[in-house]
Amino acid sequence: MVMFTSEQLWECLSTVCDPEIPAVSVVDLGIVRSLTWQDDETCEVIITPTYSGCPATQVITESIEQALQSLGVEKISIQTQLSPAWTTDWMSAAGREKLKAFGIAPPAHCVSSELSSIDISGLNNRTLPDIECPQCGSSHTRLLSQFGSTACKALYRCNDCLEPFDYFKPH
Amino acid sequence: MMDTEKFNWCLRAGDNTLVLSQRLSEWCGKGPALEEDMALTNIALDLLGQSTLWLSYAAKIEGLDRDEAGLAFLRDTHEFHNVLLVEQPNGDYGYTLVRQLYFDVWHTLWLKSLLNSSDTHIAQIAEKSLKEVSYHLRRSSDLVIRLGDGSDESHTRMQRSVDDLWMYSGECFIDDALDKVIADRQVAPLPSSLKEEWFATIQGIFSKATLTMPSKDAWMQQGGKQGRHTEHLGYLLAEMQFLQRAYPSASW
Repeated sequence: MVMFTSEQLWECLSTVCDPEIPAVSVVDLGIVRSLTWQDDETCEVIITPTYSGCPATQVITESIEQALQSLGVEKISIQTQLSPAWTTDWMSAAGREKLKAFGIAPPAHCVSSELSSIDISGLNNRTLPDIECPQCGSSHTRLLSQFGSTACKALYRCNDCLEPFDYFKPH
Repeated sequence: MMDTEKFNWCLRAGDNTLVLSQRLSEWCGKGPALEEDMALTNIALDLLGQSTLWLSYAAKIEGLDRDEAGLAFLRDTHEFHNVLLVEQPNGDYGYTLVRQLYFDVWHTLWLKSLLNSSDTHIAQIAEKSLKEVSYHLRRSSDLVIRLGDGSDESHTRMQRSVDDLWMYSGECFIDDALDKVIADRQVAPLPSSLKEEWFATIQGIFSKATLTMPSKDAWMQQGGKQGRHTEHLGYLLAEMQFLQRAYPSASW
């Protein structure tokens, strides 16, 4: 039975790409919450879904399993955890840079993400943060559509270079 | 022994999200603008994901050999426990938006109240869903204000939708025997306890939208939670369940 260090396991999973945004890994996105050895032989992976209806979740689970198997891990147990709910604040700094290089504006940090502070009327606190265009760097941009090509993105347009771009929504 | 009360209560939660998700999917490829098409289908996807969480939990409580897919695709109309509001046809776009606003305001209040559920798993599903649903509400209130306070044509259509759908808005707040048992067990609050905040929120949005809120004391339709539905649900299920009915046990 070959044992792998924690670094080796995390390194292995950092090669598993998100199927819809292949520029970032499941580790960059904060989907993998923990990696531990159970009874010294089973590798337990705790993952958390991004959006509850995200169609990539199943593929992600399978890809993680395959990656660990090809590393040589024999017994793998993948558990899904709902709480604490996934937030884009868990995205790594490296992940944010990769998104930007890929042409997707990285998410702003969630403003006081306490659930109790959600404005339920949806009428107040509407000031949107300045989103930087990933093409030309201008902050002179505007929201085109609250939903984009996937549940996790919104569509923006740069007023300076006129290019439309995806914005990863703070969640 | 199976916890029948909690099972039935989870079906109500799962069926509300499932049926509304199916309705919204009917707009796929037919939205009035590309942005709207994407928004409705993304919201439908969130609701479908939430429904999967509720129905999986129901299946686990039931402990038989059917899973969430079995519950979604192999139950008949009278075994569905969603409120009548979510099965109403899409109508014009104003109708779809007002239905969504009525639901989103209730859904947000209800999920917030579930964060303190005595059942940890229910509280976790609520925590996960609430983040998605608060975005839905932001969008539906935005659009109701924009179209209500828009052109004469959009205002007239929005007010008509508000009035026509009003009688389906009250069922979410009617307590029945199951609701009382569930509230006693502190799994969920009494539906009636959310009513005043719902009215206040809707009133706030309608004021900005220049729309008139119908009477709080209006007579309300009910029956969906107990399995008595409008004629629309059967057609919806016929389409949604077609594959499993025609090819039983078909899988990917």
